[in-house]
Amino acid sequence: MKHLLAIDDLTADDIHRLLELTDHMVEISGRPIPKVPALRGKNVVSLFFEDSTRTRTSFDTAAKRLSADTMNFTVSSSSVSKGESLRDTIETIAAMGVDAFVVRHRSSGAPQMITRWTNASIINAGDGWHQHPTQALLDCYTIRMGLNRRDGFDGLHVAIVGDIRHSRVARSNVQAFAALGARVTLVAPPTLLPPSLEGWPVEVSHDLDSLLPDLDVLYLLRVQRERMDDALLPSLHEYSLLYGLTDARAARLPPHALVMHPGPMNRGVEMVADPGELPGSVILNQVTNGVAVRMAVLFWLLGSGGDLSEAP
Amino acid sequence: MRTVLTADDVRRALTRIAHEIIERNQGVGGLAVVGLQRGGVWVAQSLATLLSAIDPPHQVPLGTLDVSFHRDDVGIRPIVPASVTDIVGSLDGRTIVLVDDVLFTGRTVRAALEALNEYGRPSAVQLAVLVDRGHRELPIRPDFVGKNLPTNRDELVEATADGVTIR
Repeated sequence: MKHLLAIDDLTADDIHRLLELTDHMVEISGRPIPKVPALRGKNVVSLFFEDSTRTRTSFDTAAKRLSADTMNFTVSSSSVSKGESLRDTIETIAAMGVDAFVVRHRSSGAPQMITRWTNASIINAGDGWHQHPTQALLDCYTIRMGLNRRDGFDGLHVAIVGDIRHSRVARSNVQAFAALGARVTLVAPPTLLPPSLEGWPVEVSHDLDSLLPDLDVLYLLRVQRERMDDALLPSLHEYSLLYGLTDARAARLPPHALVMHPGPMNRGVEMVADPGELPGSVILNQVTNGVAVRMAVLFWLLGSGGDLSEAP
Repeated sequence: MRTVLTADDVRRALTRIAHEIIERNQGVGGLAVVGLQRGGVWVAQSLATLLSAIDPPHQVPLGTLDVSFHRDDVGIRPIVPASVTDIVGSLDGRTIVLVDDVLFTGRTVRAALEALNEYGRPSAVQLAVLVDRGHRELPIRPDFVGKNLPTNRDELVEATADGVTIR
């Protein structure tokens, strides 16, 4: 495996192996000195053409715990703002000696394009509405630990609620959850669903309330305020009334159910209840697990000789 | 395939090592046994049980250590991360008996010595192996050996509680 661009490049076995590797990274992160020399001398460059604090910090922390060198490249401080093309940017930085690029870009497919211009590994940290594979992996890891499901998600029912249409997180997560055997239901007003769901291994509902007692995982997506301008939602208040997680809705979830959110949260919109008070909330675990999962991905691509063998 | 040690031989060798460890350290107080993933784990378990039985009422703490991320051949060959490291509490001031099944080039032990540092500063580290097959590539010497076994480099030595074989 050379690049991580999309979840559907991975088999279910690949996902399981990455999650097992993540167990090690969690152990490393818990040591008095949470740093191992595995990727000494490797150079990891984050290349973010779109704002993100948490994902970039998470990758940065992950690379440092494995002793890789890190470099950050942001659009505002770069010659992209002076008109340099994406290809020139990549080739210039790659000439400094780069082993992996962590790329976020507003255009779907940009990471895939970049693979043609450099020999470095490319990790997709979010491209347009397309994919965000490390988010899906960290969410799988969080469910695996939160519900103690090491062998897969057979029989689990996951609802993904919110702006599915514009969400790369939803696209990656649907594929990953389904690959591990979960039953996935998308919950959203029709305007926030993709025009076609052909080929998606999902069910669709517009009624969150009737689903709640049956869920093992309630996955909330951020409702982007700019969608108001596109007239896809009448008002945030109406969205909140129908799909927001209130204390009353939380009380109707089964006691073991997990509540997840990729962040950043809109309090008072999709998250009305105080997430700190929700017993099932694993939102901060998602953030912690994000570092460990990204360590596993970096080690897989750069440190394992390109291949993770099956344990004998 | 040739059998070098039978199950009885293995049991006797481990019992002898356990007595040697106690003699060297004048008891088992302050000791902790750490097995190297994966092959060293069962040897470490046996030794910890024997040590606790020989010198009651002490319970000798047992840990396991995975050195995949400390190896010097990261990126050269595929790595199978073995089972996860399990070390509870600080190693500060303890005497650690590092345990492996077969000692060969010494590179795993070097990685283990480095990995141990991340859990604290032991007062001493000793090395116990069931089989020493030679061909060291680093200045590493075991403190306790079950059996010195001359081998060719390309032979395969397998050690389990049921015996030690060579192929």
